[in-house]
This record gives sequence, C-alpha cells and structure tokens, in this order.
Amino acid sequence: METTEPVLNDIRAHGADAYPEEGCGFLLGTVTDDGENRVVTARRATNRRSERRTRRYQLTAEDYREADQAAREQGLDVVGIYHSHPDHPARPSETDLEDATFPGFTYVIVSVHDGDPKNLTAWTLAPDRSEFQREEVALHALEAA
Amino acid sequence: MSTTEATVVTVRIPTPLRSATDGQSTVEVEGTTVDDALRALVDEYPDLADNLYNEDDELRQFVNVYVDDEDVRFGDGVNTKLESGSEISIVPSIAGG
Repeated sequence: METTEPVLNDIRAHGADAYPEEGCGFLLGTVTDDGENRVVTARRATNRRSERRTRRYQLTAEDYREADQAAREQGLDVVGIYHSHPDHPARPSETDLEDATFPGFTYVIVSVHDGDPKNLTAWTLAPDRSEFQREEVALHALEAA
Repeated sequence: MSTTEATVVTVRIPTPLRSATDGQSTVEVEGTTVDDALRALVDEYPDLADNLYNEDDELRQFVNVYVDDEDVRFGDGVNTKLESGSEISIVPSIAGG
C-alpha cells in the first residue's frame, strides 16, 4: 500500500482511543495502475461486535455501504480495512484469516500495548485465500498523495 | 423487436474484485433472479467464482447482496426476482479478531 504518515497516525490514534477494545474502520483511496492500493483517508467506524470487543471486531454490510458512498463522493473507493490488536502483535490472527473477505483489500493492523499504539503492518489475502501476505507500506509526502 | 425481452441488470463490483472484471466497476448481465444474474456474472468472469462462492457452491457468508438498496437476505435471498434496470450490489461484511 501507499499512504501518508497522517493516515497512519489517524489509525494509530483510533487504536489508542478504542483501547482496550478493538478499533476498526475503512481505508479509502485509489488503486494505482500497477494494482497498489493508495490510501488517502482512514475512516473510523464502530466495532459492531456485541461482546468480546477486546478480541473481535465486526463491520456490517450497511457500514460498508456508508463508507463506499462516502468514498465515491470524494472520487475514491474502499480499498481496505484497518483494525487494532490490543495487547497483541500486529499480525493477522487465525480469526482474521477465517473471516477474511476479498484478496485485493489492504488489511492494516496496529498493535496497541497498554493504550499506546506500537507496530503498524499491512497485509493482503493470498489469491487462494490460504494466508495473509505482508504488504510493504510506502510513505509519500503530503503533496504527492 | 423480440417477443421475449431479456432482463438486463447492472452489477456493482467491489473495488478489490475489479481485477477479475477487466477493471470494470459495473457489469451488465442477464438474469431474472439474483442467482441467475450472479451465475451469469461468474460465467463471464470466472476469476470471481472463488471469492463469491464457497466449496459448497453457496455464496460465502461475508458476501451480502443488495438489489436497489434492499438486502436480499430480508427478502427472497438469491431467489429475489429482478426487473430490467435493477442494480445489484455485492457488499462484504467484515469481521476478525
């Protein structure tokens, strides 16, 4: 994925605000000609899980439609999802893999330890859906974004 | 003019699946039900199949289908009838740990 530091900071801040629960949201942006997701905005959403929000997150189809509408109004698309891992490493869990949606989305995970955001990583589901593969996070200066 | 006009609907494709539809964000297919239309879509773009259907050939659990802003789960599901000009949206619900 390509993005800017302020977008990553927004994701980190949401992870800290949601602690000890998982925070989650959508990544809005564009797809470059070579298939990279360029994230312009991180859009906060509400974790819809009714229980165990410290270990699980959920976004409904209606949440997706709202984010998609907001993206289109800005000439953007939903290109990914982010969520936080409270007191847990910034890598996909087994649950993340079981519940994974489409290859092509960027999944950003930020670890939050004792309320402080730490590592932030990006992943994409393998085309055969067998695993998440690490995505490089390329930072651009603001004016280039 | 044909006596049996085809039911042509538009399917909105989520961003990450557009690599399977030659980059198109919408695709027109024929079908009188949601199931017909989605099967026609997958026939035309076979790379979509694994992402929409599971091993039992049913729509994956996270795949939600809307027809003109109505979630078909609250109606007749994939048997929901379509009219020419209907818009079908494929909408993922997201979850994880």
